Amino acid sequence: MSVFRMPSLGSDMEDGTLVEWLVHPGDHVSRGDVVAVIETQKGAIEIEVFEDGTVDRIEAALGQKLPVGAPLAVIREDGEPAADERGQTAVPPPEAESPAPAPPPPADETLPTPPAQESTKARPAPDVIPASPAARARAAELGIDLSALTGSGPGGAILLADVSATRPESTPHPAAKPGLDLAAMREAIAAAMSRSKREIPHYYLDHEIDLEAAQAWLSAHNAKAPPEGRLLMAALIVKATARAAAEARDMNGHFTDSSFVPSKTVNAGVAIALRGGGLIAPALMGAEALCLPDLMAAMRDLVARARGGRLRGAEMTEGTITVSSLGEGGVDGLTGVIYPPQVALVGFGAPRRLPRIIGGAVLPRLCLRTTLAADHRVSDGRSGATFLSRIAGLLQTPEAL
Amino acid sequence: MTEDDIRRTFLDLVTRVAPDLATDDIGGDDHLQDDLELDSMDVLNLVAAIHERLGVDVPEADYMEIATPNRAVTYLSGRLD
Repeated sequence: MSVFRMPSLGSDMEDGTLVEWLVHPGDHVSRGDVVAVIETQKGAIEIEVFEDGTVDRIEAALGQKLPVGAPLAVIREDGEPAADERGQTAVPPPEAESPAPAPPPPADETLPTPPAQESTKARPAPDVIPASPAARARAAELGIDLSALTGSGPGGAILLADVSATRPESTPHPAAKPGLDLAAMREAIAAAMSRSKREIPHYYLDHEIDLEAAQAWLSAHNAKAPPEGRLLMAALIVKATARAAAEARDMNGHFTDSSFVPSKTVNAGVAIALRGGGLIAPALMGAEALCLPDLMAAMRDLVARARGGRLRGAEMTEGTITVSSLGEGGVDGLTGVIYPPQVALVGFGAPRRLPRIIGGAVLPRLCLRTTLAADHRVSDGRSGATFLSRIAGLLQTPEAL
Repeated sequence: MTEDDIRRTFLDLVTRVAPDLATDDIGGDDHLQDDLELDSMDVLNLVAAIHERLGVDVPEADYMEIATPNRAVTYLSGRLD
């Protein structure tokens, strides 16, 4: 018997609001299954269970704002008798609205308490209502029940427009009006970045990458491909960074408990700006091993879900390095702040055509300013320089990415 | 398809790739990237949606032709003839 708790989806998260249960008592779950949806400062996130077993009891009711660590459900291991067959198992009541996050509790708690009547207080799980964070925020603001709406988004997801449509007299500028969610997200970003700057001794390295070969290859590829098969430069950049990170010993992983734990795979956090403000960096899992079309598809899916749907808990917590790319409309360069517990962030500016000397002649070249922010507790400038040079080198042979 | 149909379709597709925008908020001369903050991923998704809905394959070299709703209506009308 173990307790499924409100997970921490990043060092900046203190609490979450339970919005949906996707399982019922008696359901069998396997490690990695999405079992619930919580609303966080970064929008609705699907949270996964980390073991195999059967849902014994639901401990938390929908709509409750719960601190990290609060019990959400009790999971019975395979072969274990149900709670009512073996006396009682329960967990301390959740401390809703607790000002501080609960300390990490032991993995398994078995405490005697009176027979369970509290589990039945959880409202029955409603049908899954997919909706964008903006739609949720607006619906909450207007007091509209999402289940009363028909969604027009992917998979019937409720979009902001669907919520607005129910109130034609509502304000005409939904995108320009930041809701509470954005203010909360700003707080979350502030907390994470303050911690980063307080705890991580950053150092920075700048390198200019010649992007002519990559751009020529990309243009030729895209000219032959239908829109669905086209790639973005961002996909090449993420792939090159992920491959270089996989080779580097000290750029890819987590710094926890005073030591660095390198990661074998590269879960590339991709910084995604949200219109209206806010930033989120969910991870592309195993990015170093994805071929470009697969990486592009995964990135498309990630961006769509970051903006209009739901991200997974693992995508929020298992990033091992972050890539932040400004794209065509951006400024020259980006010197980033590392997202703890990661130890490196690579910022890419907007590609610019600039005069450069090639073989004694001045030629226009497409240039990409690349800036590494890395953790001096883990690496030094020399390995950082090797890492950046490797990214640059990989982008010279885009066909081999 | 009349130009009004094309405009309606185009705006519908824009709000699908950018669900936080509402059709009524988009002006004819609003620049998708500069004014409406669509990024290159959104533009690619829009081009894919146009291909699927209207059967018009907008090559990369023509992306600037659909940079605003007004320009897109002109361009797509020409391509649909």
